[in-house]
Amino acid sequence: MARVIVDVMLKPEILDPQGRAVQGALGRLGMDGVLDVRQGKQFVIDLEGDLAGERAALMEQLAGELLSNPVIEDFTMRVEA
Amino acid sequence: MRIGVVTFPGTLDDQDAARAVTIAGGEAVALWHGDDDLKGVDAVVLPGGFSYGDYLRCGAISRFAPVMNSLVPAAQGGLPVLGICNGFQVLCESHLLPGALTRNDSLHFICRDQRLLIERTDTDWTRDFAAGQEIVVPLKNGEGCYVADERTLDELEGEGRVIARYLEVNPNGSRRDIAGISNARGNVVGLMPHPEHAVEALTGPSIDGLGFFTSILTAAVNA
Repeated sequence: MARVIVDVMLKPEILDPQGRAVQGALGRLGMDGVLDVRQGKQFVIDLEGDLAGERAALMEQLAGELLSNPVIEDFTMRVEA
Repeated sequence: MRIGVVTFPGTLDDQDAARAVTIAGGEAVALWHGDDDLKGVDAVVLPGGFSYGDYLRCGAISRFAPVMNSLVPAAQGGLPVLGICNGFQVLCESHLLPGALTRNDSLHFICRDQRLLIERTDTDWTRDFAAGQEIVVPLKNGEGCYVADERTLDELEGEGRVIARYLEVNPNGSRRDIAGISNARGNVVGLMPHPEHAVEALTGPSIDGLGFFTSILTAAVNA
């Protein structure tokens, strides 16, 4: 089995109002000095067999087309055996 | 003229959109997300709502629905398409329009009667308006903040593709007060506010929205 982990974050230049709201809440709960909070998503995808070759290329393509929107988001993908 | 109105799972405003088409004098044709048959329609409306529950990102899953497999190439070939609210989100996710729609800067869902400035009147969906005309239609969205990189925004402005801008108040943080844009050809238009809710005096704040639906009929007559 292969476990694929895709992390998706808004690009740095895109306003993240949710992250800002979380930043405010952290401050209200006593956390000093919170400079910034950005909120993202993590996908954990379990696959049969190994991930290699064309199948890996397709997974990477879908991470860029479905799991994230390249207009506003960046993603990283890693595979855990 | 036959105008298709697409229903996705979670679409809310398909009935109002179909009604607006009928009031404008067109024939509304129901299109189904799971069917790639466009039934030979002359134009398509992607209505508002929460298709696929807005899961993943608004419009992200709808983009891959069978009906979109037919609609995207047809739109690229010149078929007039109007995306309203969630429909605008679907058009951006499909890359038929540039940019993206993200969460309102206030984090609040906004529902209000919104004043708009109509800036471009040579698209298939806006030709019945006068340039510089001000209209009032309902706005209701949680993720209506239009974003694009500066180069894209400059390009949209330079090519006159901002079709409508928010007046008085920017309700959702959209860059440059953008409420609606078109593609370069002018056949694909995305709009965050809801003209289909402003077509009858009894239920709307105005009947200003009717112009979008009569425009497409005018376009057909002149074609």
